[in-house]
Amino acid sequence: MAKRIDVSDLNIYYGSFRAVEGVNVSIEPRSITALIGPSGCGKSTFLRTLNRMHEVIPGARVEGKVVMDGQDLYGADTDPVTVRRQIGMVFQRPNPFPTMSIYENVAAGLRLNSVKMKKSDMDDLVERSLKGANLWEEVKDRLDRPGSGLSGGQQQRLCIARAIAVEPDVLLMDEPCSALDPISTLAIEDLMTELKERFTIVIVTHNMQQAARVSEQTGFFNLNGVGQPGRLIEFNPTEKIFSNPDQKATEDYISGRFG
Amino acid sequence: MTATRTPSDQSTSKPPRRPGDRIFASTARGAGILILVILAGVTAFLLYEALPALTAPAEEIPGDEGLVSYIAPLLFGTLLSATIALVVATPLAVAIALFITHYAPRRMALWLGYVVDLLAAIPSIVYGFWGITWLAPKLVPFYRWLEENLGFIPLFAGPTSATGRTMFTVGLVLAIMILPIISAISREVFLQVPTLHKEAALALGATRWEMIKMAVIPYGKSGIIGGSMLGLGRALGETMAVAIILSVSGGITFNLISSGNPSTIAANVALEFPESTGIDVNTLIASGLALFLITLGVNMLARWIVNRRADFSGAN
Repeated sequence: MAKRIDVSDLNIYYGSFRAVEGVNVSIEPRSITALIGPSGCGKSTFLRTLNRMHEVIPGARVEGKVVMDGQDLYGADTDPVTVRRQIGMVFQRPNPFPTMSIYENVAAGLRLNSVKMKKSDMDDLVERSLKGANLWEEVKDRLDRPGSGLSGGQQQRLCIARAIAVEPDVLLMDEPCSALDPISTLAIEDLMTELKERFTIVIVTHNMQQAARVSEQTGFFNLNGVGQPGRLIEFNPTEKIFSNPDQKATEDYISGRFG
Repeated sequence: MTATRTPSDQSTSKPPRRPGDRIFASTARGAGILILVILAGVTAFLLYEALPALTAPAEEIPGDEGLVSYIAPLLFGTLLSATIALVVATPLAVAIALFITHYAPRRMALWLGYVVDLLAAIPSIVYGFWGITWLAPKLVPFYRWLEENLGFIPLFAGPTSATGRTMFTVGLVLAIMILPIISAISREVFLQVPTLHKEAALALGATRWEMIKMAVIPYGKSGIIGGSMLGLGRALGETMAVAIILSVSGGITFNLISSGNPSTIAANVALEFPESTGIDVNTLIASGLALFLITLGVNMLARWIVNRRADFSGAN
């Protein structure tokens, strides 16, 4: 179930380029933590280090510590595959498997865990996950149709259903609404507030209203200039960030005076 | 604000056509039509030349038993050798493509890719000589072993050919010949699998192999089938290698390791044509027509297979 994540002295590299440096942060369970900041500041990169997706890119590596409820995610005996099974991820662009049906998409993670399940149990779980993602009513009559035939917002909710079907401890969302219209965005935001009862959620967003609406904690990333590493400038309760931030840079950014 | 024209300014509904566009369009259209004309021409030639054989009385056809019994073993041999080639080559080619795209270090992948492509550059006559002088004798002990241990399967009933010039050897040589095309096309489609889909699998906690099973192979399936069909086309039509290697005698048999093998259409034409006259030539051309129709059928079947699950192909 929902777990806390403690990050200490995290430096993130692409080859020899240091993309993010010196991140220290604690992410609370059963809450939504938003990461905001300008493009290229490393917030998505940081997010991807939390479930070890960063190292999928050739040459990418990490220094420092990420600990989830006492489990060192970058420990020598920690298998990245196991980490990813505990920490689900939703991507910027909806990415249901195009070769699979809606049903198979939701069941994909369970098949990976090679859980031997009765057909009826599997059906229940798929239904529960789709209901959890507020998608069930829209797709219950066409579960055997390809997931790629859905609208963008529905596809994204399908991806969320797929991620929560395996009951992860933490759910990472990398700009999950940036490709969606306002109505679908609202649907996803409502969903997030429901999901935080069960999961720890970390969301990267470019939409500051979104961060203000959904999150309890907000982290602001920034970089001094092109080629410089990104830094976590400020990490505070969302209300404080948006009303009375500690840092000048944060205030400039959220008030649109960023230059 | 730049001035925009209202619709009434344009008296004609058609946009102006530039000469460059027109030239390009007509060249492309011409090329498209040309391929149809060539195909129609080949079909017409085959039909016209095959007609005397189709209408001739049975005893005038070589073998004296009519066209069907002349062509049937050839057709069977063609399909059998091509099937062996496909069954051997497809998994191997897909494995090579996967290794190159997902497992090998980058420099090695590049080098390996070149080597596989190089296989395609070897002339088929060289494959033929290699098959008969090197591969066939080397395979004889293996065939003996098959006969002794798996002889109860009709495919390996024997008696083992002493020279190794068998249907199985031909199938293996054809497999090597079609390997490059299947693996090149599979490689291309595997490289085109969107990172997004691969990351979706990895983020669910897939190992690399599971990621390949979930995202890469399903996405590349139509490419694998397409490549296999191109390979099959080559295997069906391969002439020189088969003509050199295969020891031909006898008719339809599933026995892959004996010295009695049916020939293939293409090899038979190559071997018989120089010494044929009159109706014999028409018979050979009729067999060519049969090969043409088979290849056409195979391609249509492949297209049907690919389209059957077009919704799930990932193209949308």
